[in-house]
Amino acid sequence: MSKITELNVNGAKRPVEAEGERSLLSVLRDDLDLTGAKYGCGEGQCGACTVLLDGQPTHSCITPVSLAAGKQITTIEGLERNGQLHPVQEAFLEAGALQCGYCTPGMILTGVGLLAQNSDPSEQEIIRYMQGNICRCGIYPRIVAAIRRAAQQSKGVTR
Amino acid sequence: MIQKPSNATEWEPERYELAAEPAYRFELARREFFRLVGGGIVVLLTLPETALSQESGRRQRGFGGAIPQEIGAWLHIGEDGSVTAYTGKVEFGQNVRTSLTQAVADELRLPLESVRLVMGDTERTPFDMGTFGSRTTPTMAPQLRKAAAAARELLIGLAAAQWKVGRDGLTVAEGKVTNPQTGQSLTFGQLTQGQKLLEAIGPETATTPAAQWKIAGQSVPKVDGRAFVTGAHKYTSDMKLPGMLYGKVLRPPAFHATLVSLGSDKAKALPGVVVVRDGDFVGVAAPDPHTAERAVAALRAEWQTTPQPSDKELFAYLKAHPAEAQGFEGGMQHVQGSVEEARAKADKTLEASYTVAYIAHAPLEPRAAVAQWEGDKLTVWTGTQRPFGVRGELAAAFRMPEERVRVVVPDTGAGYGGKHTGEAAIEAARLARAAGKPVKIVWTREEEFTWAYFRPAGLIEIRSGVQKGGALTAWEYHNYNSGAAAIRTMYDVPNQRIEFHPCQTPLRQGSYRALAATANHFARESHMDELAHAVGMDPLAFRLKNLRDDRLRAVFETAAQHFGWGQAKARAGHGFGIAGGFEKGGYVATCAEVAVERGQVQIVRVVTAFDCGAVVNPDHLRSQIQGANIMGIGGALFESIAFENGAILNPHFSRYRVPRFRDVPAIEVVLIDRKDQPSAGAGETPIVGLAPAVGNAIFNATGIRLRSLPMAPHGLKA
Repeated sequence: MSKITELNVNGAKRPVEAEGERSLLSVLRDDLDLTGAKYGCGEGQCGACTVLLDGQPTHSCITPVSLAAGKQITTIEGLERNGQLHPVQEAFLEAGALQCGYCTPGMILTGVGLLAQNSDPSEQEIIRYMQGNICRCGIYPRIVAAIRRAAQQSKGVTR
Repeated sequence: MIQKPSNATEWEPERYELAAEPAYRFELARREFFRLVGGGIVVLLTLPETALSQESGRRQRGFGGAIPQEIGAWLHIGEDGSVTAYTGKVEFGQNVRTSLTQAVADELRLPLESVRLVMGDTERTPFDMGTFGSRTTPTMAPQLRKAAAAARELLIGLAAAQWKVGRDGLTVAEGKVTNPQTGQSLTFGQLTQGQKLLEAIGPETATTPAAQWKIAGQSVPKVDGRAFVTGAHKYTSDMKLPGMLYGKVLRPPAFHATLVSLGSDKAKALPGVVVVRDGDFVGVAAPDPHTAERAVAALRAEWQTTPQPSDKELFAYLKAHPAEAQGFEGGMQHVQGSVEEARAKADKTLEASYTVAYIAHAPLEPRAAVAQWEGDKLTVWTGTQRPFGVRGELAAAFRMPEERVRVVVPDTGAGYGGKHTGEAAIEAARLARAAGKPVKIVWTREEEFTWAYFRPAGLIEIRSGVQKGGALTAWEYHNYNSGAAAIRTMYDVPNQRIEFHPCQTPLRQGSYRALAATANHFARESHMDELAHAVGMDPLAFRLKNLRDDRLRAVFETAAQHFGWGQAKARAGHGFGIAGGFEKGGYVATCAEVAVERGQVQIVRVVTAFDCGAVVNPDHLRSQIQGANIMGIGGALFESIAFENGAILNPHFSRYRVPRFRDVPAIEVVLIDRKDQPSAGAGETPIVGLAPAVGNAIFNATGIRLRSLPMAPHGLKA
């Protein structure tokens, strides 16, 4: 398989030198030092590795880097704008929606992906969308509350 | 005379199989302290022998009672006024970095953000047995409080000397000492400038009572929350050192396998790959993770395996294979009155057996370690609940003195009792020594599911007797293997025989959130439900009739009230259940409503009332109770390790179901804030009520009594 030489990450072109079959997660973490995306299972079952590919939440642990080339990759490190947290990040802090924090980047990015498609999701819609993300500390209800809160706040801003 | 089950100062030492005996003494001289931290003032809290032996769990470990005084915690105020507290405890999601910071800030009358905590670093923090047993809040918070209170008094003394006034009447607030008479004030930094003051204090130091807490007792947010929502926090698995290699271990096909032969030529031919064979340990280190994986795949190993028991025969195996002890925990027996006589006279007698499966902690961050040798000195960063214990393991593994080993624990991606051991640390250190470069190891999920350790499986047999009016008269209770935590009944039973029987275990087992308290509460509270039905009583009324402890009664009554217990019957297909208990200084009662539809169990609603003394951080406490309930759903309904012949059959999240968003009920948490009682830890005990409450609710809904955890791995089978 061919080598991948460039990725578009968080709005910047980043040179890499990676065999195309390697996982996007490994290239982000080990080559580009973007360690916000976490290894949790390596089989797309837990969502800790979630990043956005062209805005779509994607399990980077089972995505060959060759499939990410040419797409806009957003990692948790790319959500902050000029020192301002993304509303979903803000909402996670306000709702206290984390304990150990290891699932948090994946949860936040999945939430960002959801809100991009559905700006005002119901509790049931959030639960259905987030079903692929595991939190072993059991912070789920606060994550649902945080995503609802972020949705409400965004509505307030656009009105 | 019935005794209370236990109290906050009596606790059972944690059980884990790799019992290190650290002989290390923290003996930094004054000069060394100030070399480490610069000038200013340092307060050391020394522990008396009794507290030390209790905290360390060494009381029966043959140290001949000769444990010298030791430092429990220390605190430094720098010449710039910065406050840093040092503790050997570690943070892995229970938010003790926040609660301990609250304690220090409270005593120093400082804003939270002015206090920094250094945790879990064997070179910089005092010895600590480990972060387990819900001990951080009841022991470490008071220790740090005392150090901070003493520092505050020192600062007042310094100001009084400078102003040549008496110390009475001087006040401390916002990082300053003020003389209200003159309006003069000095900042902590002005007071510590040029000082090298070291004070050792004892445990008698006075601290602020809970009723007067200002920062503790409040719902402050996680102190470094921002680093977690931005991805900036570096877990061990995120670390990278210059020149670091990536390690991977070749795993045998079964437990206890021995290596017969190894072909490693192909692996060694890969660029930059180092292969290490040392006894049955085989591992590689490579310049990148992908090459490490290819190198392990290229190894040709022949293993010899031995036949081992499978999950099908587990409980019969346990009962047939007694052991003298499990780790710290030997057999245990409590007898009062005569169970046989009481049963002979009882109106109703019951006998029932309960089982719990092995389950995995499955912390989302698997075991990870980064090891670096500098000459003959070893530093390992790793996510463990026992930094000093892992230092001991490393020293033993490499036959070197502990003084040359440093273990540092970055805030970790959870543990739940599952990260007491240092496997990844030892593996990374072994590979780093061979490679002559730092090595990182991150276990795969499959490795974490297989080569860590499990919550013990167990068999519990109960024989009981009860009078028509509901008075419980006989209670015989045998726990095989799962453990003695919370084994004593909190109910008022005149005739008891309670025994814990340690067993030989087919799988490696150790601590798990609340230890055996989950299994013992499941069996006891399920059986209490069965007894209530046997005498035709309401399950809550039956419990209260046999319960004297006021705090336990209070949590039962509070949970019931908030749940609406007894107000209405459950609707068709739904059921209500109640259960509660006591462990590690916390009192818990949980009510659950379940819905059973076409054999599928959904927990609809949970109410948990909890009393752990004076509440330190209400919001984080609620979060722990909520989280414990949710984690408990897995063990209650579907988590179970399948194994055969020394191999784990379901070492993946696709085959080992853990609770997800859809499994979560509406959870109401009711806190009973007892400011008159010392604060107990709360990370563990709230988990114990969930499984029996759900089991009792399933019985209420269906008439089916489930006596094995997990109760519905594939739904209910009629």
